[in-house]
Amino acid sequence: MPKDGGIGASSKRREDIRFLTGRGNYTDDLSLHGQTYAVFCRSTVAHGRIVSIDTKATADMPGVLAIFTGEDFKDVGGNPAGWLINSRDGTPMREPKRPVLAHGKVRHVGDAYAAVIAETYAQAKDAAEQVAADTEIEELSPIVDMAKAVANADNRVHDEIPDNLCFDWGWIEDNRAAVDAAIKAAPHVTTLELINNRLVPNAMEPRASIGEYFPGTGDYKLTTTSQNPHLTRLLVSAFVMGIPENKLTVVAPDVGGGFGSKIYHYGEEALVLAAARKLARPVRWTAERSESFLSDAHGRDHVTKIELATDLEGNFLAIRTETLANVGAYLSNFSTATPTFLHGTLMAGPYKVPSVYVNVKAVFTNTAPVDAYRGAGRPEATYSLERVIDKMCRELNLNPFDVRRKNFITPDMFPYATPVGLNYDTGNHGATLDKAMQMANVAGFEARVADSAKRGKLRGMGLSTWVEACGLAPSHLAGVLGSRVGLYEAATVRVNATGNISVMTGAHSHGQGHETVFAQLVSERLGIPESSIEIVHGDTSKIPFGMGSYGSRSLSVGGSAIDRAVDKIVAKGKKIAAHMLEAAEDDIVFANGNFTVAGTDKAKSFGEIAFSAYVPHNYPLETLEPGLEETAFYDPGNFTYPAGAYLCEVEVDADTGRVEVAEFICADDFGNVVNPMIVEGQVHGGVGQGIGQALCENTTYDENGQLVSASYMDYAMPRADDVPFYNVDHSCQTPCTHNPLGVKGCGEAGAIGSPPAVVNAVIDALHRGGYSHVKHIDMPVTPSRVWAAMQAK
Amino acid sequence: MTKVTLTVNGKSMSGEAEGRTLLASFLRDTLGLTGTHIGCDTSQCGACVVHLDGKAVKSCTLLAMDADGGNVTTIEGMANADGSLNTIQQAFQDHHGLQCGFCTPGMVMSASALLAENPKPTESEIRHYLEGNICRCTGYHNIVKAVLAASGQDANVMAAE
Ligand code: FES
Ligand code: FES
Repeated sequence: MPKDGGIGASSKRREDIRFLTGRGNYTDDLSLHGQTYAVFCRSTVAHGRIVSIDTKATADMPGVLAIFTGEDFKDVGGNPAGWLINSRDGTPMREPKRPVLAHGKVRHVGDAYAAVIAETYAQAKDAAEQVAADTEIEELSPIVDMAKAVANADNRVHDEIPDNLCFDWGWIEDNRAAVDAAIKAAPHVTTLELINNRLVPNAMEPRASIGEYFPGTGDYKLTTTSQNPHLTRLLVSAFVMGIPENKLTVVAPDVGGGFGSKIYHYGEEALVLAAARKLARPVRWTAERSESFLSDAHGRDHVTKIELATDLEGNFLAIRTETLANVGAYLSNFSTATPTFLHGTLMAGPYKVPSVYVNVKAVFTNTAPVDAYRGAGRPEATYSLERVIDKMCRELNLNPFDVRRKNFITPDMFPYATPVGLNYDTGNHGATLDKAMQMANVAGFEARVADSAKRGKLRGMGLSTWVEACGLAPSHLAGVLGSRVGLYEAATVRVNATGNISVMTGAHSHGQGHETVFAQLVSERLGIPESSIEIVHGDTSKIPFGMGSYGSRSLSVGGSAIDRAVDKIVAKGKKIAAHMLEAAEDDIVFANGNFTVAGTDKAKSFGEIAFSAYVPHNYPLETLEPGLEETAFYDPGNFTYPAGAYLCEVEVDADTGRVEVAEFICADDFGNVVNPMIVEGQVHGGVGQGIGQALCENTTYDENGQLVSASYMDYAMPRADDVPFYNVDHSCQTPCTHNPLGVKGCGEAGAIGSPPAVVNAVIDALHRGGYSHVKHIDMPVTPSRVWAAMQAK
Repeated sequence: MTKVTLTVNGKSMSGEAEGRTLLASFLRDTLGLTGTHIGCDTSQCGACVVHLDGKAVKSCTLLAMDADGGNVTTIEGMANADGSLNTIQQAFQDHHGLQCGFCTPGMVMSASALLAENPKPTESEIRHYLEGNICRCTGYHNIVKAVLAASGQDANVMAAE
């Protein structure tokens, strides 16, 4: 029977009430006394030298309060990359300064070089236009194409970085010789060159920030659209502005989606703080959508060659990849980890492939910074791998289901060390594949093909079986790999005197439903109704510390921290109960909200214990402090490894090349599941984005570095009409072995597993329809690309 | 500046607007009704949908002055008189039709306009009608289910689950 609360229940989301009634509290909804407005001047050229910025005329315009340029920030710090990557030759990556406002040069269309603060938004906007008119920028030759960027040492995004190369990374360098030899000797090698298309994350809430400064105390407050307010505070304090951490509060209230793009600290956040200090008034900024397109960190943008060596039965022998990864004009906070440790380490997939070697060259270009977007590196790895396997099956005329199955790491092989550095704890890939095939009614497929043909449509089926790594990350491992931060999570569980509970978590919800899920968790553990448990997140002044939400880590790392804090509450409760019940501590058992002396009916309720902790009249004060509040920091022992099998059926219109997704099936293994409704919703959302990447979305810079797809008129977001109902299942569960909840994370799976399933299905449809010359079509698989491929016989 | 007066959610409200002030900004910044959201600058996303004189409109496409004297319903005016969620809002909660909640006001306003003109829409009619509302979180699955449910149809059967 479905539970009506606690772990495993599809509890309805409590946060929905405020969102459904228009009472959400997003950054731009705030209105502050005396507030002023910031508007940024952004480069209209991809690459240019700032000759002069004349602000005299603007300073006298109505309402103008302050004007900032790069000069004002040239002596403060820069926004750093969070991971140091070393090249194959051992040299550290090249790391240019990323200033608050561009100084000396502008390096991409949208690069902010000045900001105006005025009494009203309209005045600030008019004034920013005047600054732009009074600015002289000498246009330089733009660097857009990655191959050209590394080939031309004289034309540089950053004058001090030759070849525009950030790093040339090998993973694992020791595998290289063995992989080369295996590929040379292999009976068959399948080679595929592909592009993982650049995407704009497009959270529906544009980025927004409000800076406040309180001269009386010297305190600062930043309200901002962030997925991890503590990291933003750390970066602003320690790297950019030098504001002591204890004088800066960062609040991320309701945040309207992130998908990676709001993990990072952006210069606008520093600017509103600096301006607030100067004016001693609140300074607010909200991006227009066009600004978001130009200045949010983008995702993906890999050009990859992958080679898969096999025997003639399709047993994998070796994999080698070479990738050019675009990092854009500056290094965003996770930009160096995404194409490396979140990508190369996944290149063995769920398969027992003896040797793998991954080479990634990260390239600077005159485009917006590129960083983690839902899945971050793992979609790129999965796409390369699942596409090349599909191509190999066609070349050797093998069944794609059988080939995957025979190469799977089988359940008896776990824990399993891959040749690319991960140690998978659990999994059952055969079970998820079985489940997906059963859900898809594979046996009935030929009849569906015939039915589609009657309607003039070519039907195809595509498979993708995948594994990913979540729960970022064991700090010691991350440190060895170049991370400049720890990746634990923190939680405080505060039992109030009347027995209800406040939980402060460092994880941040921007759509994931933490307020509901974390309450379920605590309710299950303490036997308290969910309605008596409050989840507090997104405010550095209320929460001990936190690393925020990304990498599907909230439940596995943040939830585990809460679980550990609850352990401490229970342990202290037992001490209090032992005293009150005049029993030995070891004899106290806690279950269903009661502390009981084992084998007796002597018991104290949780509420009685809480009350006693705050009104300690009958209490062991000699040995125990009053109060009932505990904090835990949880550092994961390993990554978690969600996995699954995705099956997609498409119909291709042979006359137009239009692809329609007819069926999308997901059989996921997320380990234990706390709220099935929310888990399914996460998968739906991920698959929706994956179908968007596969069929619609593309970020296009022209040869001058102009972003041609800079609005919803030009960038094809998936709409309700572009996607089907998805058929999702998470009943195959191999619980994670190293976190207390046995959970693996579900936030990114859909976006990781789905793009190759869609593209494989399109290729399958074309082959079945007689277009077997089509070996590959790059994403997005638009009607024009499909049609052109069909005609290119 | 010109004085603009509207009936909003049954109450008369007025404020000063510049010639260029959009209805969306007027509702949010002047009247303080921040439930109506702004997600784009090209009239594509639908986060700003409100009802003006009974019709769903993108409030970012209208000047506040052009709406002067009009009767506007926003998300803040959708709940039942006792404050409880109305049928559509309740269906969105029951079927997890929202995640970050940013597109949600526009979705609810569009869905309610759809059901007013077509009380029992098919799945494809719903998808077609909601084309002007972008959601980045849900993949639309549960939004479509919620609208089916709000129309009294069995959403689970239609979503083949
Ligand atoms: S804000 Fe009105 S359609 Fe996007
Ligand atoms: S719920 Fe986040 S955009 Fe729709």
